[in-house]
Amino acid sequence: MDRVITTPLTDEVVASLHAGDRLLITGIIYTGRDAAHKRLVELIDKGEPLPIDLKGQIIYFVGPTPARPGEVIGSAGPTTSGRMDAYSPKLTALGLKGMIGKGSRNEAVKEALKRDKAVYLGATGGAGALLAQRIVSAKVVAYEDLGPEAIRELEVKDFPVVVINDMYGGDLYVEGRKKYERKGDS
Amino acid sequence: MREMDVAQVTEAIAKLVVDACTYLGDDVVAFFEEAIEREESETGRDILVQLLENANLARDSNRPLCQDTGLAVVFLEIGQDVHLVGGSLEEAVNEGVRKGYTEGYLRKSAVADPIGERKNTGDNTPAMLHTRIVPGDKVGVIVAPKGGGAENMSAIGMLKPAQGRQGAIDFIVDTVSKAGPNPCPPIIVGVGLGGTFEKAAYMAKHALLREVGSTNPDPRLAGLEDEIEGRCNDLGIGPAGLGGTVTVIDVFVEELPAHIASMPVAVNIQCHSARHKEAVL
Ligand code: SF4
Repeated sequence: MDRVITTPLTDEVVASLHAGDRLLITGIIYTGRDAAHKRLVELIDKGEPLPIDLKGQIIYFVGPTPARPGEVIGSAGPTTSGRMDAYSPKLTALGLKGMIGKGSRNEAVKEALKRDKAVYLGATGGAGALLAQRIVSAKVVAYEDLGPEAIRELEVKDFPVVVINDMYGGDLYVEGRKKYERKGDS
Repeated sequence: MREMDVAQVTEAIAKLVVDACTYLGDDVVAFFEEAIEREESETGRDILVQLLENANLARDSNRPLCQDTGLAVVFLEIGQDVHLVGGSLEEAVNEGVRKGYTEGYLRKSAVADPIGERKNTGDNTPAMLHTRIVPGDKVGVIVAPKGGGAENMSAIGMLKPAQGRQGAIDFIVDTVSKAGPNPCPPIIVGVGLGGTFEKAAYMAKHALLREVGSTNPDPRLAGLEDEIEGRCNDLGIGPAGLGGTVTVIDVFVEELPAHIASMPVAVNIQCHSARHKEAVL
């Protein structure tokens, strides 16, 4: 049932993804949440280079718990994506192909996914211990001062996600819900 | 009068926050097992299986269930025959939070100046402390770490009395509907009816401590809980909001008399990472 995909993502792979597809991701992904997004977009607005090349990459919205000694990373489930809505279209414009988070995106982001041929993927919110097990290595590559919000390069293996928004306007949060909605008589 | 050193409270809280963030309650685990059988969506079942596996992994690998280990909500039920010595009780509670979150490798998610600089307090203090004086010579300590995703989807309505029972139900279901996938469904819906503005919110939060699957002793409220649960599950939100028949873990209602002019309805949403642990000192 689950399809295995590897990063970086090509246009062909993105074009083959549809809302509702269940995927296992293997390869490199980057972490970033509110503070890191703010800094990236400030650089873009100033026309300055970014600390990471976004082309073909996936950003995972996560702020992990501190790793215990000997651990690669602490618990590492997705955070609510809506807080990144203001920033995401500027990143897809630079070639970012995927985002992993939880929760709905706004219209501007959905439009950006169509425009820039990118996808929004959902990881299971609250499954931080399980998702951490699929992270093979982690290293901070930018903004170390941000602590849990620093940008990390993660190597993941069979990281489970579901396609929420595809590049054709498909939206699993809307379609999935419609499918199971029951109009009660109350 | 029983004398108790507040250091005991510190130690209890430090342990309880870590336990709560690592070990999911048996009631919630049993719910996952039962819901896997009942969920109609295949993807929904897949999510519930992940949540069950996550609870097992957290327990076995000593990792937090969720990376959002929340603000530390603490309820103290202090026996009126207890004399607390050894310093300030509030400071002792905060010290317990500081110790638990730091030594237990939990994420510190508290920021000061919330509408301005939002600077991390560094140790997850202050605790969100609620105290109640009760008969007896014991101190009950309940710790309930609360994540941001679900808390953000909560709401309070100062409804008009004319809106009645139906208006209250509509407000509650609408709150769950608007929350959609954001609070990590399946969710527990805590409801506070009546009282004043702050009492309604407190009841909605306190209601979340009830055991999943338990029946409200008041048949009128039990019926209301069932009706709300049915309406919420009919929304089709499903596990992780991907569509499905299991949206709600349980609905818990607490109630107080209200002012003749008021009908407060508070809804506190709790994600499936429904973490709380308690001890009696
Ligand atoms: S809503 Fe709950 S399960 Fe979801 S990320 Fe927040 S704390 Fe974790």
